[in-house]
Parts: sequence; C-alpha cells; structure tokens
Amino acid sequence: MSTLLKATDVVKHFRAGRGRAVQAVNGVSLEVRSGETLGVVGESGCGKSTLGRCLVRLTDLTSGKVEFQGRDITTLSRRALRPLRPAMQLVFQDPYASLNPRRTAGDAVAEPLRIHRYGDAAAIRKRVGELFDLVGLTRAHLDRYPHEFSGGQRQRIGIARAIALNPALVVADEPVSALDVSVQAQVLNLFSDLQEELGLTYVFIAHDLGVVRHVSDRIAVMYLGEVVEVAEAEELYAAPAHPYTDALLSAVPEIDDGTGASRRERVVLTGDVPSPIDRPAGCSFHPRCPVAQARCRTERPALRPVAGRQVACHFPNVPGTAAGA
Amino acid sequence: MIGYILRRFGAAVLVLFAISVLVFLIFFATPGVDPAARIAGKNADPATLAQVRASFGFDRPLPVQYVLMMKHLFVSHDLTSFVNRGTLVIPQIIDAVPVTLSLVVGAAVIWMVLGVGMGTLAGAMRGTLVDPLVMLLGVFGVSLPVYWLGEVVNLITQKQLHGSVFSWVPPLGYAPLSQGVGQWALHLLFPWLTLALLYAGIYARLLRGELINALNEDYVRTARAKGLSERRILIRHALRCSLIPIVSLFGLDFGALVGGAALLTEVVFGLPGVGKLTYQALQNLDLPVIMGTVLYAAFFVVLANAVVDVLYARLDPRVRRA
Amino acid sequence: MPEPLLEVSDLRIRFGGFTAVDGLSFSVRPGEVLGVVGESGSGKSVSMLGVLGLIRTPGAKISGKVVFRGRDLLALKNAEMRAIRGREIAMIFQDPMTALTPVYTIGWQIAEQVRAHEKVSKRAARDRAIKLLDEVGIPAPEQRVDAYPHEFSGGMRQRAVIAMALSCNPALLIADEPTTALDVTTQAQILDLLRRLRADHGSAVVMITHDMGVVSEIADEVLVMYGGRAVERGSRTEVFHSPRHPYTWGLLDSVPRVSGPRVRRLPTIPGTPGAAGQGCPFADRCTHRLAACAEAPPLSGTAGHLDACWLPEEEKTR
Ligand SMILES: Nc1ncnc2c1ncn2[C@@H]1O[C@H](COP(=O)(O)OP(=O)(O)OP(=O)(O)O)[C@@H](O)[C@H]1O
Ligand SMILES: Nc1ncnc2c1ncn2[C@@H]1O[C@H](COP(=O)(O)OP(=O)(O)OP(=O)(O)O)[C@@H](O)[C@H]1O
Ligand code: SF4
Ligand SMILES: [Mg+2]
Ligand SMILES: [Mg+2]
Repeated sequence: MSTLLKATDVVKHFRAGRGRAVQAVNGVSLEVRSGETLGVVGESGCGKSTLGRCLVRLTDLTSGKVEFQGRDITTLSRRALRPLRPAMQLVFQDPYASLNPRRTAGDAVAEPLRIHRYGDAAAIRKRVGELFDLVGLTRAHLDRYPHEFSGGQRQRIGIARAIALNPALVVADEPVSALDVSVQAQVLNLFSDLQEELGLTYVFIAHDLGVVRHVSDRIAVMYLGEVVEVAEAEELYAAPAHPYTDALLSAVPEIDDGTGASRRERVVLTGDVPSPIDRPAGCSFHPRCPVAQARCRTERPALRPVAGRQVACHFPNVPGTAAGA
Repeated sequence: MIGYILRRFGAAVLVLFAISVLVFLIFFATPGVDPAARIAGKNADPATLAQVRASFGFDRPLPVQYVLMMKHLFVSHDLTSFVNRGTLVIPQIIDAVPVTLSLVVGAAVIWMVLGVGMGTLAGAMRGTLVDPLVMLLGVFGVSLPVYWLGEVVNLITQKQLHGSVFSWVPPLGYAPLSQGVGQWALHLLFPWLTLALLYAGIYARLLRGELINALNEDYVRTARAKGLSERRILIRHALRCSLIPIVSLFGLDFGALVGGAALLTEVVFGLPGVGKLTYQALQNLDLPVIMGTVLYAAFFVVLANAVVDVLYARLDPRVRRA
Repeated sequence: MPEPLLEVSDLRIRFGGFTAVDGLSFSVRPGEVLGVVGESGSGKSVSMLGVLGLIRTPGAKISGKVVFRGRDLLALKNAEMRAIRGREIAMIFQDPMTALTPVYTIGWQIAEQVRAHEKVSKRAARDRAIKLLDEVGIPAPEQRVDAYPHEFSGGMRQRAVIAMALSCNPALLIADEPTTALDVTTQAQILDLLRRLRADHGSAVVMITHDMGVVSEIADEVLVMYGGRAVERGSRTEVFHSPRHPYTWGLLDSVPRVSGPRVRRLPTIPGTPGAAGQGCPFADRCTHRLAACAEAPPLSGTAGHLDACWLPEEEKTR
C-alpha cells in the first residue's frame, strides 16, 4: 500500500501570552496509507483537531514536514495549495456551523464545484444530484435550507460537499460526535460505503473509542499533543501497549448484554490532563502513569517500533516480552 | 490582587504621561506655528511674546520645553491665560472641579438607583405588563436630548410655573457646599434629574438585557435546584453577575462626565463647571485653558478606567489573574 | 419490596401544542439507581425537571402524580417545594462548566445550599464544604474551598457540583447527563465517585444519560424512553440481557463496541429520532411494525420487566 500522506515531526504551537506557548501538537510523525482509515483518538484538548488542520495545511506548521502524494506541502502558499485542495477535504463536527444558513443544501454542495470550475451549470446540477444520491439524501432535499435538516442529514450535506471533487483524502474531525447513536450508526455506515465505492482514504478524528475502533484500520492515540501509540485497530484494543491507551480503554463504560464479553480491568487515572502550556518534563504522561519509573521523569520516550506497532513509552506492556527496554 | 492593582495604576500613569506628551506636541510642537503666539493669544504685544518665549523655553530643545510646560501646569500652577488678560489657568480649573463633581456625583447616584431599579424590575417581571411599561419609561429618558430637556425644565421652573408650583426653585447657578447642603442640593436638583434621566434609561435597558440572559443561565437553574428563594436567586446570583458590565460602563461614563462631558448640562443650567470652562475656552480659542482642561479630562478618564478595571477584577474573579 | 421513594404516575408535560412527556410512569426505591436512557428530545430532562417543579416556561402544562415520601409534589406550594429541592431531592446538570455561579467561590456556593436548609453558622457550613470536597476527591480541600469555578477543570467542577448536591444528604439525587461533557477517563472517575457515594450516603439516584454503557455500569433499574414515553422498564439485567422492545434492540445494536467482534456495517434504526404522531411513538422507525401499532401500546408485562410494544410475546426476543 502506498503512502498518501506523511507527517514528520509536526509541531504546532499557539502563543499564550507572556512568551509562553500552547504546545498543541508536539512532534507528531505518522503515515496515512492510500485507501485506509487512520483513526486519531484522544481526550479533549490533546491536539487532534490541530493535527488534522496541519495535515491538510489549513494552518501553518510551527515546524516539521507534511508530504501529500509524495510532494512536500509544508511551506506551500495558499495559492500554491489551491490546486491541491480538491484532493484533501475536511469534514467538521458541527455541520451546521459550516453551512451558510441562507443557502440551500443544493447550493452548499454545488459551491466547491463552482469554485474549482467543475463544469457548466448543467454539469454541476447533475453532479450535485449524484452526490445527494450517494450520501442518502433525496432530490427533494436540494432546495431546503440547513435549519430544515436534522443533525444527521446536515452531516450528510457536509460529507457530500467534501467528496464533491473526488478527494483522495478526507480528514473527518469528530463527524459523528454530535449525533444520536442511531443516527451516528447511519453516518458511520455512510462513511464506510463511500470508502468502498470511491476508494477514499480517511483520517478519522474522534474521542469515542467505540467509534474509532469501528471505522479504523489503524489507530493513533494522542496525549498532550503527542502520538503515544500507533497500531492496527484490532491489536490496539486487544492488547494496548502504552499505559495511557490501556487506561483510556479501560475507562470506557461497556454494555454488559450477557454475551460474556469480558470486562477490562479498570485502570483509574488520578488527576487531570496537565496544561499544554506547562508540559511535564520527560514523558508527558508520567505524573499520571501507573507504571512510571525514575527514567520517565527525565527522558522523553520516542515513538519506536515495538512488537509490530509503534509506542512512545519506556516500559510498554507487550505480551510475551518483559517490561523494560 | 494587590499586585494587579499596582500594575494597573502603573499602566495608568504611563498612559497619562503619553497623553501629556501627545497633547504637548499637538499644541506646541506643530511645525510652522509659533507656540509663543498661541499662548499669548491673538494680537499680543512683543513684550508679552518675549516673556512667554523665555518662561516656556521655546528657544530650547523640545524635551526641555515639555518639562517646563509640565512645571507650569503642575508645580508652579502659573500657566496664564492671556486671552483672559492674565487669569491663571490652574486655579480656574480647580474652582470648576467641585461644581462638576457635585453635578456628576449627584446625578450618578440618582441614575444608578433608578437604572438598576428599573432594569431589575423589568428583567424580573418579564412576561408581565410591568416590563414593557418600565422600558417605555426608559426609552422616554433616552430619547430626550439633554439640552432640550434642560431648556424645557428651565422654562417651566424658572418662568412658566415659577410663580406657583416651583416658587421654591432657586435661580440658575451653583451654590457651594459652604452655603449649606440644603442650598447646594436645591441648586443642583434639576440639573441632577435632567442628567440622570438620560443615563437611567440607558442603564435600565442594558441591565434588563443582562438580567434576562443571566436568568436563563445554567447557574440559575442550579440555584433553583438548590432550593433557594426566587428573591435570593435574582439578587445574589442573576443580578450580581449582570452588574459586572454595568459597573464597568458606569466607571467610563462617570470618568467622561467628570472630565467635561457634562458640558451641555452645565451650560444649560449655568453651572460654572469644567465643561462650561472648556466650552468658553473653545469659543475664545484660549489655548492654555484648552490644554489644561484636556489634560484634566484625560486624567479623569484614565483614572476612571483604572478604577473600573480594578473594580471589575473585584467583581469578576475570572479576570483577576490576567 | 420496600415502599418506593418516588412514584411518578401518568406524568404529562405539554408546551403549547407539543407534548414533551406523554404519560410517563416510573418509581424509584430508596438507595436504588435508576438509569434513564433515550435519544435527544425523548423527554428525559423535561420529565425530571417536571418532577422537581423546575419548568419555568410560561404556558407549560404539567399533569399527573409525583409522589415523594407520601406527598404529591405537583400539589405543593412553592415554599414547600423549595424546602424539598436541594435538601431531600438534589439535581445536577450536564455542563459543569456553566453550572456554578462564576463570581462566588466553590465553598461559598456549597455553604449557601447548606444554610438555605439548615440553621448552621457560616463557619460550620464552610467546614462542611471542606469535608464534602474532600469526600468527592478534591485534593487540598482546605485551600480549594476558596477557589473560583474557573480555577477548576471540568472534572473537578463536576465533583464540586456533586459535593454541593450531597451537602444536605438528599434521599434522591437526580443527575442529568453528569458525565456527557467529560472525557472518558474523567467520566470513569465520576462514575466511581457516584457509586461510592451511593454506598456511603444511601441516596437513590436517577441517572439520565444517552450512553447505554453508562447505564449498564451503574444502574439497578433501567427506563428506556422514546418520544416522551417509557418504552421499556425493568432491572438492568432484564433490559440488557433480554431486551423486549424493538427500540431498545436498535439502541443496543447501533452502539459501536470496544470489545467483542467487529462488524463491518452497524445495524441502524432508520429515520431520525422524534415521536410519530398517534399510536406507538416508535412506529415510523420500527421494522417490526404491525397494524395494531397505530394505537399506543400500554406499558405491560411482568412486575420486573415492562415494555410498550404490540409484538406477540414470543417475538419479543432478538
Ligand atoms: N487557535 C488557537 N489558539 C490558541 N490555542 C489553541 C488554538 N487552537 C487550539 N488551541 C489549543 O491547543 C490545544 C489542542 O486543541 P485541539 O482543538 O487541537 O484539541 P482537540 O484534541 O481537537 O480537542 P477536542 O476534543 O476538544 O476537540 C488545546 O489546549 C487548545 O486550547
Ligand atoms: N421549555 C421548553 N419549551 C418547549 N419545548 C421544550 C422545552 N423544553 C424542552 N422542550 C422539548 O421537549 C422535548 C424533550 O426535551 P428534553 O430536554 O427532555 O430531551 P432530552 O431527552 O433530555 O434530550 P437531550 O438528550 O438532548 O438532553 C424536546 O423536543 C424539546 O425540544
Ligand atoms: S514512558 Fe513511563 S510514564 Fe510514560 S507511559 Fe511509559 S511507563 Fe508511563
Ligand atoms: Mg477537536
Ligand atoms: Mg437532556
């Protein structure tokens, strides 16, 4: 499988006054392979959205490098990025906020087509119709305004807009977080159907661990601006190697429906996530980590391959290997 | 908190300094104009010009000129208005300050009581007839121009009905506190009411809006769930939070009014306050007085700003750490 | 079986022409945790606000019976209701960020509640606040009692709100999505806290949530709501192990799980949440619907497990 997007040591800081910086993304390296879904999961404020925006260059990087289809796009200007835009699209959590309330759903979907000169009015109209079919809206919806749609339908409009120009990559930032479970399931299915039909590649950002597991082929777990573990979805859930992943998974309340899925042993983390302004020295996770040792307080663990996955931890939990490396 | 106050007032001093420099530059360092002639006024004789030039050091470098000017203003208090044939500027301002302060403080008390009262009543009684009635009253206050209202009040109390109902109203003008609180208050009563009416309307509207928002906040729901009385919820929770923006607005309005923005009221009611002084100085192009009053106004506006910020921090813990 | 602490029968709440809660009946026994689940708009919050008399919308019509410790709350005067609110029944809300008045310290707000219901000195109320903050796991409570809400993180604020709710040892705590706005690890801490507090204080809890996982972890009894009605009610094991209502099936199936087999496509409930006009509220989304569904099914079944569905008994299994 070829690499579609490659991020190397991406750093994004925001100024926070008095010469300090919010270290929103702090040295993230990852690869997105063509046709896969890479899930990005982590708690609120860990930098998922900021990373997503860096990956499609909706924001400038503080440092690091992003390559898309083999081309370095780190420092391209807005204008130079324009021809690449159709190929990388973003879907947002709150589709309502990204839709103009005075334009019909049909207009909203036609907009990117017009901007990028897809064709004449008739061609655009035809394409919008196809897109509506594709995302499960009816033609009757074309002339309605955003407020006349339910949350799930609005998200469908957002998705139709994103896929209008046949993108190679779609970065979806919490696209189902605002939806009810029954509707969330519909939209998740839509995502997988579209991937199958159009060969899309997704970066799927979410905080719901069930959702991420369902959609992803591989998953990157973030904590305080860093990727602490990257693994195949099944492997990650079966045996989390990073202590944070372990705690995160064990905190998810599980439905006991009597089918006997065994409950994980709960790892209760104490305290709160530290501020991204004052990141702890060494491993960012060490103040809350149940297995931290002296070394964790001083030495920052690099993301390194461990047993077929990548982990940024001095003492990863890998079955079969003794802890400590 | 102490640190915050010190920092805030330090900043205020810096701003004042900057303003004084700016004012100085605008008035006296505009290229192509002889500053001595400006101070001495139109048609001054050469002897006066020479005297002015020497005492203000207009032949010396700008920083020295600035220092000399400030010395005349703040140390020796002997900046002279030549248009008015030698009256000293600073004592003139110092005489005018109590008048303006009396006017503004009295009016402020009235408008705050009225404004907060009306705003709270309207906000709390929303959905009943009281709300639109109170607000109508507020609109009435806001929409009457002070100048016009003052003239009408004068017409009624000084002429039309002076013989009957308003025979107790003293003639226009100011009575200092030394003549007794009664006389002082009596002279200021109508100016107070006139000035207060406008602001009471504005404040009532604003507070009503804030209060209605606050009453829909989650914390009010929490307060209800705690079993508190409606009265306590209204006053201790909703009103307390709604007052924060009101207080900051109040400080700014108060500062501006003391600084001379009560000009119209002062002129209409013949009160020899700072506003009136500025008004006259502008009419005569009396530069030293204009400069004096501008600096004085700046002082109060900046001071009020600083006080407001400190008060704001007292009222709203969220900004304290800034 | 002990007397119910709270017994709600045929609660109906209307806003103008819209019926938000339509004949809801349930009961809570002392010390029991009732989980109330349902999608947004199903009337979870409104029904509990109605129980506490906190619906303030002009023109809202509330009928039915809400019996708490032998008294009908809907018939109480304002002052009598106030004495119950916060003291015998406490309620906490979803968003801890906005639930506290920003200009007072945490300790002041807890003390305020204590002093609204008990004649104690300021000093004693403050000491109680410190003790409560300690109990809900706020580190260094002697200092934190003087902190303002904005100085607390979301999780800590929710703890403070819980401390406040528990300050008068209420017999019933109504928690409206107390963990929805929190991260999973914080949610786990808060759920642990609620479990522990229930053991210590013996308060009954009504836990409103839309997360089936949360209900499964904490509830003894479960009430599933749809379109302002109860569609299924029973003990947790009954409802989760052998759900009987098609909506409950859909709800359970459409949640992507963190363990167990991974499905390629999730089972979904067609359509969008919202009650069908007449008849069974779920009828227009239900794949099992019958002709009878045009009429509203009653909540019926065995004592421990009720459902509102016209399907024949033998088909009420997945
Ligand atoms: N424009 C900005 N200016 C300053 N700080 C920012 C900005 N955008 C984000 N941050 C900060 O960067 C950090 C990461 O934010 P980000 O939105 O990427 O997190 P996230 O993982 O997407 O969180 P969530 O789950 O809440 O969406 C946060 O601490 C946030 O406050
Ligand atoms: N004050 C009100 N006036 C009119 N309609 C209201 C009012 N409060 C709630 N509703 C309506 O009543 C219905 C039930 O609302 P409720 O808040 O109880 O839903 P919920 O089950 O708590 O949903 P959520 O999960 O979104 O909190 C909704 O359709 C809502 O729009
Ligand atoms: S490096 Fe140390 S502190 Fe960090 S997660 Fe691993 S064990 Fe815990
Ligand atoms: Mg985000
Ligand atoms: Mg709700």
